[in-house]
Amino acid sequence: MGLINPATASESGETTVVSEMSPNWVTTRLDFLTNWARSNSLWPMPFGTACCAIEYMATAASRFDIARFGMERQSFSPRQADVFICAGRVPFKLAPVLRRIWDQMPQPKWCISMGACASSGGIFDNYSMVQGIDTIVPVDIYVPGCPPRPEGLMYGILLLQKKIRGESIVDEQLRQEQLVGPDGLFRPAARVDELSEPFGNSVHQTRSSS
Amino acid sequence: MSTAPVSPSAAALRASFGDAIERVLVSCGDTIVYVSRARAHDALAWLRDTPGQDFNYLTDITAVDYRDPERPLEVVYQLRSLARRADLRVKIALDKRQPLEVATVYDLWKGADWLEREVYDMFGIRFAGHPDLRRLLMWETYAEGYPLRKDFPLRGHFSRSEQTRQALAANPEAHYSLEELSIAEAFAELPKDMQERLARGERGFIR
Amino acid sequence: MSLRTVELALATPGLDEPGKPTRIPLGVAEPPGAHFDEDFGAEHMLVNLGPQHPATHGVLRLVVELEGETVKRVIPHIGYLHSGFEKLGEYRHYNQIIPLTDRTDYLSPMANNVALALAVEKLMGIEVTERCRVLRVIACELSRIISHLVWLGTTGIDLGAFTPFLWSFQERERVYNLQEAWTGARLTTSLTRVGGMMADIPDGWDQALREFTRTFPSTLDEVDTMFTRNAIWIGRTQGVGALSREEAINYSLSGPMLRASGVDYDVRKDRPYLGYEDYDFDVPVGEHGDVYDRYRVRLEEMYQSNRILEQALDKLRPGPINVDDPRVVLPPKGRAMSDMEAMIYHFKQVMEGVKPPAGEAYLGVENPKGELGYYFVSDGTAKPVRWRIRPPSFINLASLPKMCEGALLSDVIAINASVDIVMGEIDR
Repeated sequence: MGLINPATASESGETTVVSEMSPNWVTTRLDFLTNWARSNSLWPMPFGTACCAIEYMATAASRFDIARFGMERQSFSPRQADVFICAGRVPFKLAPVLRRIWDQMPQPKWCISMGACASSGGIFDNYSMVQGIDTIVPVDIYVPGCPPRPEGLMYGILLLQKKIRGESIVDEQLRQEQLVGPDGLFRPAARVDELSEPFGNSVHQTRSSS
Repeated sequence: MSTAPVSPSAAALRASFGDAIERVLVSCGDTIVYVSRARAHDALAWLRDTPGQDFNYLTDITAVDYRDPERPLEVVYQLRSLARRADLRVKIALDKRQPLEVATVYDLWKGADWLEREVYDMFGIRFAGHPDLRRLLMWETYAEGYPLRKDFPLRGHFSRSEQTRQALAANPEAHYSLEELSIAEAFAELPKDMQERLARGERGFIR
Repeated sequence: MSLRTVELALATPGLDEPGKPTRIPLGVAEPPGAHFDEDFGAEHMLVNLGPQHPATHGVLRLVVELEGETVKRVIPHIGYLHSGFEKLGEYRHYNQIIPLTDRTDYLSPMANNVALALAVEKLMGIEVTERCRVLRVIACELSRIISHLVWLGTTGIDLGAFTPFLWSFQERERVYNLQEAWTGARLTTSLTRVGGMMADIPDGWDQALREFTRTFPSTLDEVDTMFTRNAIWIGRTQGVGALSREEAINYSLSGPMLRASGVDYDVRKDRPYLGYEDYDFDVPVGEHGDVYDRYRVRLEEMYQSNRILEQALDKLRPGPINVDDPRVVLPPKGRAMSDMEAMIYHFKQVMEGVKPPAGEAYLGVENPKGELGYYFVSDGTAKPVRWRIRPPSFINLASLPKMCEGALLSDVIAINASVDIVMGEIDR
């Protein structure tokens, strides 16, 4: 009996085993300690691009104060960061930069996609915008909003902390790097197209003249 | 809107340039003067340097592509005279069947530098004599076309996965690195096929 | 610089085997030491700042060519936030463009909303009501204050002073409370509509604003004490990045950048809109055009904005905020349900949107960053043929290479901070 990946458990009825080793009393104590340390000292790498970056700055300022979550030390160098917070819209020109900074971050690392534009392209369903950074990097937490209120971002951080506390060191796949594939894409092309399909109002707002 | 007064600069331009002034009209209180492409630079220089005109401030340069594909592309110059508190809009109509090229006004106003680069990037209009006409907002090897043209669809020509792939392969560190500056300075001496491959956007590294 | 032999493999680096990136050997054209007659250190060093960098104020990339610590050349690369606003505008009704304007200059969203409504109203020949004008002046001046506060805080951080950042963001939170009470949103306000506003101010809002104007100057006084006669601040900002009057005009600068260089041009005074000619305020004009003068100009502008806010509050009278024009404003619900003509107007507006006549209009307003201009070309339909944003920070930033000539590397940071850029507006 090993550790089962719940994400794929229900798709085909079969379960993928992510680790042959069963968690035991020692590993769960280690897990608790590691995850407690990691979740309470997340050093963010603020990849702030647009309006969400201003709300991120407001969250970091005195009224909302993410320092109380251990995120006092903003790490603008990815080498020393834990959490990649993409705050703002990401055009295609910025995509390789984002990918490179994500690759530069050492494990363990997590990604928060802050705002509608980082999560799905937002109101910018056009030629220049990446339709969600999950087409480029693996995302752990999506924070909706345009921009999300600082309370919303803090809720996202708390969710991330909860997610980290649920991790286990026996899970081998968890801290594996997910690289850009040989075809130059992070996800399969069909999946990128599927994730980027217009939805909601965007489906109708494509006529230039009425 | 024909009750609004026409700027006196229009009549002065007509007096100095005659037929090169194709049309004068007023819209929402602003005077618009259409100048022929050949004499546009002279007209703009005249507007800047003539005492009594003194349009020493270039507010904006942009372009307009109309929905009707038969209408020409227009390059729009917003000029201002700070001393006289006067505005003027000068336009050049470019027939889409001819090469889209106008003379730069960088020598008249330095502010035209990035404004003209952006017009080139978004519309494909070349500015002859511009010191550094490269794409500005899109990456330099952007292959999909000129985004603000009306024949360019909102979501671009390529599929999202193809756009993502091209974006991730763009290698922004190549612009500028010492490698690229060396390549740029040695460009004329490079063999023809290498020049073509560079122009297509392939990037290499120095061995 | 001697020409090095360039041999190009012209291959895009990819992956050797699954999961392992290609190792690109760091090669040089000739073995080191081959040219002893070359001056040692004659090569200029290229330093890359950004696009992800704390001090570039957004996703700006500066490639700085250095000789030692002196800057030989600065090449700014922009476009890392290009969002296709102008293209999107061609696919939106005029009122639907207003939320787009929040996101261009996201430091002063209400000012952009006002500017867009004014531009469309110029296109349509509409005059808004008196109360709407006063409320819009309040919105513009509040936006000026919050934009300058961000500039102040981030410039302080760039030059080594962290505390004013917290002060300025605390003041911004007070304005955010006001914005949120009025529009429902802290940042993306979408305040105006063509012909009026989205909503009137709630009860007690004007008292809250008066309280803000009463206490805000004391924060500015604290900042003034910290910076204005501070030796470190003066040493880092005086004489740095100076532009002469003629250069400032020729580079089409606007706003505080232009006024710091001694050009007395403010759109509110020279081409008054929203009744600015009836307000009593001064426009600070600098002398040397360096970073220090820009700081003084912006600080003083905040005091003046406070002054305008107090006057606007005195001018505020009860009345309608939307113009009574069925082309742009929905008729009241009761009438739309009972009167045929009103119902038809309601239907046309909701289904087709606001339709300006064919024509074009350019309108410039004094945004905190400079002159923001909106240029609309309309063909009589509900969506514009062309929506052009004349971005003040874009044009101001283009003068950065000129300002950085001969400066030191740390001056580049100070000069970049003094331009007061917002990448959303630059890249659109």
